Amino acid sequence: MITKLTHVCIYVLDQDSAYDFYVNKLGFKVHTDAPMGPGMRWLTVCPPEQPELELTLFPVVEGSTFNKETVKIMTDLVKKGTFGAGVFTCNDLLATYEELKSKGVVFKKEPTKEFYGFEALFVDDSGNWFSLSQLN
Amino acid sequence: MKKDQYPKMYLYKRIVQAKLYIDNHYANNIDLNDISDEAYFSKFHFIRLFKSIYGKTPHQYLTQVRIENAKLLLAKEITISEVCSIVGFDSVSTFTGLFKKNVGVTPAVFKQQQNLRNSEISTNPLRFIPNCFAETHGWVKNSNFEEESL
Repeated sequence: MITKLTHVCIYVLDQDSAYDFYVNKLGFKVHTDAPMGPGMRWLTVCPPEQPELELTLFPVVEGSTFNKETVKIMTDLVKKGTFGAGVFTCNDLLATYEELKSKGVVFKKEPTKEFYGFEALFVDDSGNWFSLSQLN
Repeated sequence: MKKDQYPKMYLYKRIVQAKLYIDNHYANNIDLNDISDEAYFSKFHFIRLFKSIYGKTPHQYLTQVRIENAKLLLAKEITISEVCSIVGFDSVSTFTGLFKKNVGVTPAVFKQQQNLRNSEISTNPLRFIPNCFAETHGWVKNSNFEEESL
C-alpha cells in the first residue's frame, strides 16, 4: 500500500532564481542543496511545516534529461503557465496573500470565497501556478 | 476581492506589516510596544490579533524566527556564542534553553548533526537523491540494477 508522497518535481527555468522565490519569498526551507558537478545541482525545498515533502526544483536545461528541442518546448510551456503544480494551504489566506504580495509574488487570482473555504492563485518565478487555499 | 468577505482588511495589512518587521529586525533588540504603536494598536489588541492570525504571540513568534535563523547559522562555520549574538539573544544560556525547548536538542548537538549531514552531502550526495532522479540526470554510472564490473 502506498503511504506517502515524498518528492514532487517542479520544472524551473533558473535554479538560483527559483531558490530565491521559494526560500526568500514563500518562506520554504532548503531540504537538500547538493552540488553535482559543473553547472548541476540537486535542490529540494519543503514547506515550513511539512519537512517530509521535498519539492524538487528541477531545472529545464539541456543535458541527460532534456535535449535542445525539449528544452525549448518545456521552456515555452512553463513560461506561458501551462503547469498548475499543486495546492498549498495556509491558516489565514488574507494575511498570507498580503505578505506574499508585499514580497513581489504575482497573483493571477485574488482571494475568493469557494465552497471549501478561500482560494487565491499565484505564479512562481518560472511561470508555474499554485493554488493557495484556506480550508473551512 | 469583495470587501464583505474581509471587512477588516486594513487590520490584516497592519498585522502583516508588524510580522514582516519582526522577520526583518529579529536580530535587533525589538520592543513589541514599538511595533504595536507603529501598527496603531493598543498592545493588548495587537497581541490578540497577531495570535489570531499566526497562532502565537508576537514574542513567541520573535523567538521562533530567531531560532529558525539560528538553525541556519549553526550549519555554518560560526560558533554557538556568535550565532546567539547574531540572532538577537542576550545570553547563551537563554539561547540554549529556548533552542532545546523548541528544537529538542541543544545548539551544540544540532550543530554537530548539521555538520555531519553537510559532510555526507558533500562526500556522498547520491545518498540524498532518489535513484530515479539521479539516473535521469546521468549521475549514476551503475544504473538498471546492473552489478558493477570488477
